[in-house]
Amino acid sequence: MAQQKDAFLSQLNKIYGGYVGGFAVFVLLLAGLEQMGVPNRVIGYLFVALTIGVYAYIGILSRTMQVSEYYVAGRRVPAIYNGMATGSDWMSAASFIGMAGSLYALGYGGLAFILGWTGGYMLVAVLIAPYLRKFGQYTVPDFLGARYGGNLARFVGVTVLITASFVYVVAQIVGVGIITQRFLDVSFAVAVFIGLGGILVCSMLGGMRAVTWTQVAQYIVLIIAYLIPAILMSVKLTGVPIPQLMYGIALEKIEALEATMRAAGQVMLPHTQAFAGPNQQFDLNRAINFFALVFCLMVGTASLPHILMRYFTTPSVREARQSVAWSLFFIFLLYFTAPAYAAFAKLEVYQNVIGQRIDALPAWLENWRLMSPYGVPWVNVVDRNNDGILQLAEFSIHPDVIVLATPEIAGLPYVIAGLVAAGGLAAALSTADGLLLAIANALSHDIYYRMIDRHAPTKRRLIVARTILISVAVVAAYTAGHLGADILFLVAWAFSIAAAGLFAALVLGVWDKKTNSTGAIAGMVVGYVVTFGYLLWSEFAGLSMIELVGSKEAIIRAYQQYVAIPTIAAEAKAPIQALLANQAAITDGPLHGGIFWGQTVVLRNRVTCQLWAINNISGGIFGVPLAFLVTYVVSRLTTAPSQAMQDFIESIRIPRGGVKLVDREHAVD
Amino acid sequence: MALVPEEAPAVKPPPPVEIDPAVARAYWAKTSTLMWTTLAIWFVASFVVHLFAPSLNAIHILGFPLGFYMAAQGSLIVFVVTLFWFARRQNQIDEEFGVAEE
Repeated sequence: MAQQKDAFLSQLNKIYGGYVGGFAVFVLLLAGLEQMGVPNRVIGYLFVALTIGVYAYIGILSRTMQVSEYYVAGRRVPAIYNGMATGSDWMSAASFIGMAGSLYALGYGGLAFILGWTGGYMLVAVLIAPYLRKFGQYTVPDFLGARYGGNLARFVGVTVLITASFVYVVAQIVGVGIITQRFLDVSFAVAVFIGLGGILVCSMLGGMRAVTWTQVAQYIVLIIAYLIPAILMSVKLTGVPIPQLMYGIALEKIEALEATMRAAGQVMLPHTQAFAGPNQQFDLNRAINFFALVFCLMVGTASLPHILMRYFTTPSVREARQSVAWSLFFIFLLYFTAPAYAAFAKLEVYQNVIGQRIDALPAWLENWRLMSPYGVPWVNVVDRNNDGILQLAEFSIHPDVIVLATPEIAGLPYVIAGLVAAGGLAAALSTADGLLLAIANALSHDIYYRMIDRHAPTKRRLIVARTILISVAVVAAYTAGHLGADILFLVAWAFSIAAAGLFAALVLGVWDKKTNSTGAIAGMVVGYVVTFGYLLWSEFAGLSMIELVGSKEAIIRAYQQYVAIPTIAAEAKAPIQALLANQAAITDGPLHGGIFWGQTVVLRNRVTCQLWAINNISGGIFGVPLAFLVTYVVSRLTTAPSQAMQDFIESIRIPRGGVKLVDREHAVD
Repeated sequence: MALVPEEAPAVKPPPPVEIDPAVARAYWAKTSTLMWTTLAIWFVASFVVHLFAPSLNAIHILGFPLGFYMAAQGSLIVFVVTLFWFARRQNQIDEEFGVAEE
């Protein structure tokens, strides 16, 4: 049997080479069918059905009844393949669909996502991944349990893991729903459950092993689907098929067109200018929020358990390090293309849409004037000044459709649109798989096996793992179906929550021998409670926060914003209107002055509060340093770790040899 | 994919080894230096460069304003290259102190 396994591993290149060839033939075949007049809808169906079919096939072939195969793919995944799997595990619907859209809408400001979602891998490689690999075992809470002496640390770790991963997975399922809905023409609730089926067949039977080999297949689909339209657009606009190099020309033209439009009195966010508002002035708040977001996304990257657990699957510490470098390389391929995608799309819109007669707009625009789940059409055109010509302010496009609609915007054949949809689906499914597995493993391995039944036989453990996987998936799909698109902003929250809850404990666990259980647990709890609390409070009860920290003017402004939101019921507004009627009675918040101040903005139809003008998607900026501080101070004030614990840390730092566990209770199997 | 087998034997973890404490200390000192070096590169490429984005944007190369280019591509290339360099360098250190895996 071992020989057979090696036969599979030694033929990986051949197998995946054949797969790439097969996929290319499949795309060409569909292109041929399109030319022969097969309707677009059928092409959309074939794309979605066949790609999901392949993932399911790999998932079924990789089924396993072995614990180490189920949790860590037998620790036999070579560095490059683990890099590809991590790449698709990492790149979600937010990267594939959302990022180029944010860049289109925000220009330079959107680059915070590009930087934040790549630079974090430096922290993973240097501070965490090799040591987790040396530690071995199955999950991130396993490490916390062994390093910080027991179930309390493990339980806190599991709590953070589940909070961060759950909001993230719900957002992925929403992403799957949006794509399936558009290309299969079914209702959103049905689409969510179709997507769920696709996710489950990949992960349920084979656990980590199945997820690994499907994610490699999904990476190949998603990167091809992202690069091809960008290359075609580059050829169309510049004649050279290297979008990453050629979009400088597009940026130059965008700057020139912006200058012309500005001269004609139109207002827009400059595309390339750094930290500038629509008036082109330097804006300190934008700069602070840019760096805060970069920081939170990076530290979050290094704390998200579904990513960290991928490095348990490499054969050695050495390969774990190389694997992080490969992961970043495969992610980089998509991320350095995204700004090109955005620039080409923007140029196309500025050149061929803005300034045109409204009765003669391109056909793609009509196709996307559909209602989105956000309550406004994806693409909207309103002739405000009734001159029959489209001005910039009269045109709006939702960032989420930039990538999906770009093939049509650029006049490419429909088969490319189908390809992009298949890529977006691969991105969302692969991330959802990884996240569901992280949650289910935490519940089945860390809670059930470690904390409830230490002597459960292998078979029962795996059955419990699968049952939990399905239950979590159904709950997540139900949540996604009910809350809909309003939840997508939670993706950024997941990073702040994981960063504040786990980063300090993981890093200091390896790099500081003096950090003890009490300190680490206190740090995790404080980081998690402060960050999650701040996020919930500022988002859902922004008024009460500004009443505490705002100046009189800020509070009055918040009240005015509140009563102006059309979706809030009149009864809810009445008490606020009463307060506004008697403005003289409003005073500065009790905590205002000194170091506290705040402001409010209306986002997602809510008045959200920003303490020190920090947008709440960067909430981890408060929690991460606080977690480090608390861990450090409490550790110094309480008893230092035992000699046995220090030997354990020593053994984790050194690649050679085994791990010296403090307590056999923490051993695997 | 038909080659994926049903079973594979579990891999037994190797026994702990005793490393001379002086060697372990020297190894960790060198590893820590590499860690700080890599983090310094990370910090400069992630934050410091972009503080100067507004002034860098005045320079155009192939149409790219330099400040924009650094955040869209330049820093990313630095990250990728540094990580491959880091993996190689750390493996060399492992071998130098004889603590690499067998």
